[in-house]
Order: sequence, then C-alpha cells, then structure tokens
Amino acid sequence: MQTKDELITTLKKIVKPYVQDEQAFEHVTEQTDFINDLKINSANLVDIALDVEEEFDIVIDNEAMEQMLTVGSSMDVINKKLAEKA
Amino acid sequence: MVANIFNKLIHLQNFTSILEKLPYSPPFLFVDTLQHVDENGTEGSYTFPDDSFFYLGHFKQAPVTPGVILTEVMAQIGVVCLGIFLLSDTLTSNIAIAMTGTQVDFYKPVFPGETVTVRSTKEYFRFNKLSCKVEMLNSRGELVCRGTISGMMKPTTHA
Repeated sequence: MQTKDELITTLKKIVKPYVQDEQAFEHVTEQTDFINDLKINSANLVDIALDVEEEFDIVIDNEAMEQMLTVGSSMDVINKKLAEKA
Repeated sequence: MVANIFNKLIHLQNFTSILEKLPYSPPFLFVDTLQHVDENGTEGSYTFPDDSFFYLGHFKQAPVTPGVILTEVMAQIGVVCLGIFLLSDTLTSNIAIAMTGTQVDFYKPVFPGETVTVRSTKEYFRFNKLSCKVEMLNSRGELVCRGTISGMMKPTTHA
C-alpha cells in the first residue's frame, strides 16, 4: 500500500499529460478539481481513469468514475478499490 | 443457407438503421455505404462528388480533398457509425456526440470523384468515450491516411 504522499505523486504522474493549467498543477492539493482547476476535458478524464486502472490493477466502475473529480476523491476511490481487492 | 441469407438481411437492415441515425446532412454527410459493422469496428465508403463545396477553395484552381475533410470521413464512418451500433440497445432517440481527439497521418492525396474506404478498429468504449484506430484506403487499395480518433457519445433522453 502506498502512503498518502506516494499516492499523490503517482496520481500526479498519471494526470500530468492531460493538464492544461500548468500553474494550478504546481500547487496540487487534495482539493484540486481536475476539470475546474487543471482544465482537463471530460474525454481526458476517461483516459485518467483508464491509466489509474492500469497503474493500480483495479477496475473503475461508473459509480467510481462519477466520484473521480478531484485529487482527493480519486485517492479515496483508489484506496477503496485496493482494499476491496486485498 | 437460408439462415445465412436471413442473417445478411438482418445485417443490411441494421446498417440502414445506423445510416438513418447519423446526425449529419449534406453538405456534411460523408457516409455512402457501410460494408461491415460489428462490436469491434466498421468498414464503409464514400465517394467525393466533383462539386463538393470545399473544392472551390482548396486549392485555388487545383482541387484536392482537405485533410480535415478526410479526418471527418474517417470519424463519421469509423467512429460515429460504430458508436451508434454500440449504443443501439439503449438508443431510443438522439445521441450527443463530440469529437475529442484526433491524431492522423496523411500519405496520398484524394482528388474529386474518388471513392475511399474507411476501416476502424475499436480501442475502447468506456464512460461514453469511444476511441478507434482508423485507416482510409483509395480505390487502388493504397493507404490514404491513418490515425486514432476519439469522441464522446451518449444517448440523450427527453424530459
């Protein structure tokens, strides 16, 4: 299991290619919103979900997808799915 | 034998229903026929009429089909037709569609009157995003262009 800091680092690595607001990306917190803060479009949000699935070997369902709007909520989803898998 | 013919008839009928659901009309409808559609991809063709509007200006005195139009042909046949097929179970009325990404390389020019064939292969359809590898061949079987096209497609329900 990754620590909170490790998880943010991994998530930032996944999100980076899709970020349109570099300045907001430099100051990412758990509250950072993918669409409103990082200016990521909904199509790339899907790519992020698929990349998260691959990175953590988990399955993101529709319900989880709807929650993955901020860095913090994505971390919650990832931790929940990892716990279900364990 | 009879079953085969019957299956083919069903296929033809389905392809017609896909064409009817396309949200385009001339001069921006770029699908003539669909030869094949299944859950993994499509094959279809389009013939560019000599009097297509874009030939007037692209280029002056030297009509060549614009790359942006070739991309649109690939998107309509390869991605939108596949999306309509994949959503056909849930598709009660309209679909909201938007192209969200393209990466296309071009190899051969397409001149007025030419017929092109488009083939697509689905990469994934998740959370309303359909992403396909798509290629276009001319009537001599030469590669015209090839790339990846993605779009968001979801059924819209009336209130």
